[in-house]
Amino acid sequence: MSSLPAYASTGQRIWHYTFRYGICGLIFFYLITPILVIIPLSFNAQDFFTFTEKMLKLDPEGYSTKHYQDFFTNNDWQLALRNSFRIAPMATLLATAFGTLAAIGLSQPHVPFRRAIMAILISPMIVPLIISAAGMYFFYARINLQGYWSIVLAHAVLGTPFVIITVTATLVGFDKSLTRAAASLGATPVRTFFKVQMPLIIPGVVSGALFAFITSFDEVVAVLFLGSAKTKTLPWQMFTGLREQISPTILAVATIMIAISILLLTVLELLRRRSERLRGITPT
Amino acid sequence: MATELTTHDGQPLHKSLAKALRREKLRALVLIAPLLVFVLLTFVSPILDMLFRSVENSIVADTLPDTTRALQSWDPLGDELPSEEVYASLANDMMLAQEVKIHTRLGSRLNYDQPGIASMFRKSGRRIKRLDAEIHLDAFTNVNAAWATPASWTALRKHSLWPEAFPSSSIAWNNWAKFVKSDEGDDADPTATSPYGFTYSALHHDLKKLSSEQWNKLSSSDNSELSALFNGLQEASVSFPDGNYKEQFLDMHDGWGELDNWQTIHRLSPKVVDSYYWASVDRERTSDGVVQKPENERIYVTLFIRTLLMSLLITFSCILLGYPIAYLLATLPTRTSNLLMILVLLPFWTSLLVRTSAWKVLLQQQGVINNILVWLGLVGDDNRLALINNMTGTIITMTHILLPFMILPLFSVMKTISPSYVRAAKSMGATDWYAFRRIYFPNTIPGIGAGSILVFILSIGYYITPELVGGTKGVFISNRIAYHISSSLNWGLAAALGSILLVAVLILYWAYDRIVGIDNVKLG
Repeated sequence: MSSLPAYASTGQRIWHYTFRYGICGLIFFYLITPILVIIPLSFNAQDFFTFTEKMLKLDPEGYSTKHYQDFFTNNDWQLALRNSFRIAPMATLLATAFGTLAAIGLSQPHVPFRRAIMAILISPMIVPLIISAAGMYFFYARINLQGYWSIVLAHAVLGTPFVIITVTATLVGFDKSLTRAAASLGATPVRTFFKVQMPLIIPGVVSGALFAFITSFDEVVAVLFLGSAKTKTLPWQMFTGLREQISPTILAVATIMIAISILLLTVLELLRRRSERLRGITPT
Repeated sequence: MATELTTHDGQPLHKSLAKALRREKLRALVLIAPLLVFVLLTFVSPILDMLFRSVENSIVADTLPDTTRALQSWDPLGDELPSEEVYASLANDMMLAQEVKIHTRLGSRLNYDQPGIASMFRKSGRRIKRLDAEIHLDAFTNVNAAWATPASWTALRKHSLWPEAFPSSSIAWNNWAKFVKSDEGDDADPTATSPYGFTYSALHHDLKKLSSEQWNKLSSSDNSELSALFNGLQEASVSFPDGNYKEQFLDMHDGWGELDNWQTIHRLSPKVVDSYYWASVDRERTSDGVVQKPENERIYVTLFIRTLLMSLLITFSCILLGYPIAYLLATLPTRTSNLLMILVLLPFWTSLLVRTSAWKVLLQQQGVINNILVWLGLVGDDNRLALINNMTGTIITMTHILLPFMILPLFSVMKTISPSYVRAAKSMGATDWYAFRRIYFPNTIPGIGAGSILVFILSIGYYITPELVGGTKGVFISNRIAYHISSSLNWGLAAALGSILLVAVLILYWAYDRIVGIDNVKLG
């Protein structure tokens, strides 16, 4: 399918182009347009959620940054932004530290009950958020854990599966003889870890951390149940905004968040390439 | 002659190896332990707590300890109201309950199973203080005035037959002690004052059940104070009035004379009940066994079925849309496919709320899609399509959100299928369609399986998106769980619905682990 052979029949040619530019084009369109459409809409000078005539005529008057100004001056949004940036790094730190250690443990050749342990450790990713959040809501209330730390713990545990998966994936390609070489040259296990193993798995750790960060930064169900107006985060504010009365500021926030995702995606891609280069896998 | 191999320090080799293996296992476990403990504490215990809550029901027995005890001897299937003793116990329990203000909580709990009972508890709580409770107090003091002193109770409570022979009195006295502490502060001494009249009524009902041997023990007690109190009490107590609490409760609220209400209290007396699970499948336990709820109250079975059907539909749409994309990406040269992959990964990485808000904006009646359709003349301006706040909205949006989860596993499976298989089939005369159907497609089934289970698992537990774009018709069971947690406060039912959903997900998770293996989950 990659390219048409010279002997392809007319029917095959028609199908080839219909498939590639018709069907797949439409599906890509469906995938990407919703995200792209809200970017220009967020610059709407009116409080509408559709393109005004001025916008369609590309009249500069139809565009403005007033929704962005609202985001940066509105106290509610600013509180939410601050809270998001207070919660996510802490949750990421916990998730990455615990997750990396566990991934190294899990990739040892002899781990008793490996399958069962893995199933438990990955389960926060699989169990529906509403169930995790409900359980945490009941349980944390019972042990009187509220506010900031309850959300941080919830987000940390929801982020750990991603760290385990990414770090384990890096460790699969890890050459064991490197640590043996280090040991034979007299390095202690701790020194070996920091000097040999760590630099090689760091791309996996960082991309795991990014996943954990985005999990926390994006998470809304646990915040809805465990949090209050004081600990509201950006997704919390967006969710209540969408449910009650939708304000165009949401589109500005959405655009900012898309920019953040693009940034993260770029970092991840660069890390992946670095990791492949370090491990001697040439990109195909 | 076989000599045993030894290591340099003289240890047999196999022992030395076993030791090394043990050390290695231990090291692995030490590394895993912190996270395992962390996950068990912050994630697994909350879920176990939720499972526990779905059957836990100590509120009835805790709020009405003596009533539930007395009700055990009542026949819920008969057509008689409980005995006077039960009403006396109820008076005593309610007195404390309204003092510490927990009777309304009990009322709302019982209301889940017996609508209307909450107001009965509210009203009775207000009126309970006006209850006349002197009837047995008077009877006892007529026999011996010393019964009115606090010392009489202290003497009785020291006797070896207390509390076994005085089940009602001992609960009543504890209630009294709690009442005093709640009324006067924690350092109040309940033994310094004689208890209120309800306690004497409880004593009266206990005395009726004493054997003559127990009577003898009490009246011939070493404690002269106690023996004096019980001297002649047996003969006199025969003519004690049975009590007037039943009458007073019926005056207070008609509901206390209805069998249904008592049957509900009786049924919910145990500390562990299955009533929430029956409610989750639109059934309830009545005196005739488990029956379906009235038609207009059946919602959960429909909701479960709808959740399953919509998840299936979403999974199917994801296969339909994901398959061509994965195929294209797997067959294009790497450079091009990496570029196109961004179009898949960008939505995957974009915040869920951003994507949901985008669809909310696009699908509105005055939104971009409807505007374009009107502009194209496909629909009239006055009958714009209702694309949001219904099932259509949920399906369009969730397919979009979950599509990357289908494409990525499909892609990684298709990447491993060698193009020479299809070429070989064609060289032997297969048409394009035949080669696809018989060679390529069967090879991609593992990918379809992996993607489908993943999408299905994620879909049946979705909450945020259906809540925002589903209206009332396009919501899932999760939305109902959230409603019971934050609005109706029926936590037991929320926990039961959640447990059912959890079991479904865990079965799928197990299947996923069998088929794909959790180690093989790939991200991006």
